[in-house]
Amino acid sequence: MTTPNIATATKAASAFDWRAFVKNYFIIGILLLFVVFLSIATRFKFLQVTNLLNIVTQVSGFGLIALGMVFVLIIKGIDLSVGATVALAAVISVSLGQTATAGNKFFPDFTPPIVVPILAAIVVGLICGAINGTIVTVFRIAPFIATLGAMTYLRGGALIYSDGKPISGMDPALAFIGGGKLFGVLPIPVIILTVAAVGMHILLTKTRFGLHVFAIGGNDQAARVSGINIRKVTFWVFVLIGALAGLAGLILAGRIESGNPQLGYQMEMDVITAAVIGGTSFNGGVGTIWGAVIGSLFIGVLNNGMDLLNISPFMQLVVKGVIIIIAIIIDERKNRA
Amino acid sequence: MSGYVLEMEGISKAFPGVQALDNVELKVRPGTVHALMGENGAGKSTLMKILIGLYQEDEGTIKLDGQLVKIPNTSAGLALGVSMIHQELSPVPERNVAENIYLGREITGKFGLVSQRTMRQAAQELFDRWGIQINPRSKMKELSIAQTQMVEIAKAISYDSRIIIMDEPTSAITEVEVEHLFRIIRALRTEGTSIIYITHKMDEVFQIADDVTVYRDGKWVATKPASELDHDKLITLMVGRELTNLFPKLEAEIGEVVLEVKGLNRGDVVKDVSFNVRRGEILGFAGLMGAGRTEVLETVFGVEKADSGEIIVEGKPVRVASPDDAIAAGMGLLTEDRKLTGIMPILSVRDNMVMAAAPKYSPSGFLDFAQINKDCAEQVKALSIKTPSLKQAIGNLSGGNQQKVLISRWLLTSPEILMIDEPTRGIDVGAKSEIHKLMSQLAQQGKAIIMVSSEMPEVLGMSDRIVVMHEGKVSGIVDRADATQEVIMQLATGMETGEAK
Repeated sequence: MTTPNIATATKAASAFDWRAFVKNYFIIGILLLFVVFLSIATRFKFLQVTNLLNIVTQVSGFGLIALGMVFVLIIKGIDLSVGATVALAAVISVSLGQTATAGNKFFPDFTPPIVVPILAAIVVGLICGAINGTIVTVFRIAPFIATLGAMTYLRGGALIYSDGKPISGMDPALAFIGGGKLFGVLPIPVIILTVAAVGMHILLTKTRFGLHVFAIGGNDQAARVSGINIRKVTFWVFVLIGALAGLAGLILAGRIESGNPQLGYQMEMDVITAAVIGGTSFNGGVGTIWGAVIGSLFIGVLNNGMDLLNISPFMQLVVKGVIIIIAIIIDERKNRA
Repeated sequence: MSGYVLEMEGISKAFPGVQALDNVELKVRPGTVHALMGENGAGKSTLMKILIGLYQEDEGTIKLDGQLVKIPNTSAGLALGVSMIHQELSPVPERNVAENIYLGREITGKFGLVSQRTMRQAAQELFDRWGIQINPRSKMKELSIAQTQMVEIAKAISYDSRIIIMDEPTSAITEVEVEHLFRIIRALRTEGTSIIYITHKMDEVFQIADDVTVYRDGKWVATKPASELDHDKLITLMVGRELTNLFPKLEAEIGEVVLEVKGLNRGDVVKDVSFNVRRGEILGFAGLMGAGRTEVLETVFGVEKADSGEIIVEGKPVRVASPDDAIAAGMGLLTEDRKLTGIMPILSVRDNMVMAAAPKYSPSGFLDFAQINKDCAEQVKALSIKTPSLKQAIGNLSGGNQQKVLISRWLLTSPEILMIDEPTRGIDVGAKSEIHKLMSQLAQQGKAIIMVSSEMPEVLGMSDRIVVMHEGKVSGIVDRADATQEVIMQLATGMETGEAK
């Protein structure tokens, strides 16, 4: 047998690989350093439970979508249309979920039960995802282009539907999903994010679907020869992220208690950044759900910390942009090594 | 003067794991057409890549017109008057013909700007002189493959080379264009240019070549004037190795027909192919590069769509529109190119192994990891796969071990028919014989095995019957008892002597 290869293989698996450890958990270390720094710099204002829960609530919208983006990036795709999907789902959902007595009622004589607007948000997302999935798999358009188009026309759709104005009069029961707290403490979005993260983790690591997702990212040609229906899996990955974006739209609308067609503007950037900071590779085949959650928290902590430190919003953009680049450089190096 | 325009002597070149060239020579007289012959992997292409400066020789000397030269890169090769028409054409499709001909040595006019007009005129003159009817303004992508080939030939001529290497120049062109090419070659020869002509087609050799050099397994065999050779002598030179390194298949009981393929057609690459394979049998597919063997497997397995034809598994016709249909029908396909269509390098050994059988392990959609780990560990043991753990990324294993993991991928699906394309390509001798033994054992268990191989000893040693292909067609099916290197090579080169099916 060729000994050199075996030698490298054994070395990689030897007792404790510091380099692999640092590579894998680097991001958590940075996050912890950040937390310590912010705690001291803000005289522990940062560490207050309300502030921490606030951070998690803030990230739950794009964090939810980042879970889906992990699947999309693993199959070497991308979805730029999630922010626009958020807006469309929000306006449609809220239009169906106004109180009976709301002033500017969208459907004057129609107040369906609350389950309708909830389902509507998710179904709108599903449909947006299915359209993207169809364009990518049937018409074989690159995901970047397909979802770039969708980003524009879905936003336009949201503006047309709402006539460019926020839809107010949202049923408090519906808004509770985005702004409410269980037992007055635990924000509902945090619970949704947690449940979704566990579910997505199981889907990605314990099911045939998840294995096929990794296979396509690992080598799509080989996946095809192994009998995997690449188009089918790709289609469902886009449906999945669409549904998560729809749900995020409902949460974000609930937080501001209205369906605003400007919701989710440029959100795709936070979503992709969260996934990539969390170690999901732009080159496909690699990614974890817990990484995306950490990545989302990272962005939340960064935003919150910079607010607390009174850093100007303009400067905050610069910092976030630089962090995206650093995350991708780390990713590239990891894959080369 | 030695009387040779080119003398390559004592050339050796090793790649990791193979000695591609071993003390090889080539001597070309000025103003002649010199054919290089040999089986796949004989070393012809490697030798030419050394000559044009793409590869560096480990040992040996190159002389041009008696002068010792070094050719460290391709521009040095061109400067010394050596140009090559590659088998795989490499035009820039969006640019026009003239730009492609003068690519990298654009003709510039005022202010150092590229002069389209001058280049077009130069290209037109070139075409006029050699009777090529192509508009220099056409974009490359608008040309047919044959026209593209002619442009490449014109480009090679335009370097005013002393030596032009043509690697299978007629593989994509029609007979009329072949005639045209031969006229150009004869004219070049009259002007004193030497042509090194690589081909698998015997007829062409006798039509156009003055001298023939034969290589085999990276070694020089003979250089002779074409007039002293005929088909049979040439084949004997090409295959005349002593078969010491055979891999005998173990005895297996041959049962009923499991797979029958009738009248399979796909484009230009698979033409009316019919064959069958029985339980316990290893059916070999022999043929030269591009004969359509891989394409037959891909079509049967549903990787590519057939235009027509019947696939019958255990007496029942099956519709194979995609690989999952083929897997459901009890087939497995181990592809030729391990990197391109085999392994998923960053995924673990386990994930790679379980890929094709995943549905079996997840009736509810959830993967049964306990069973998967158990079965994969068994495979690792049974095939003695050397890996530190099931979690190791497969990309870190040696080629032989990767190949074994891929065999396991199919064994886990319990196929009745296992198709293996080049089972031992690029793996070392030890792993090779293990894989041969494994194939024998699978046949003994009653599986039907179809093996495509370009290695003559492997084909002869392992196969119960051998399907020989030539230009997309089955040119003969030979029983083990009747199979010799000469018979196979005659059928593979499309000679009429074999008993046609």
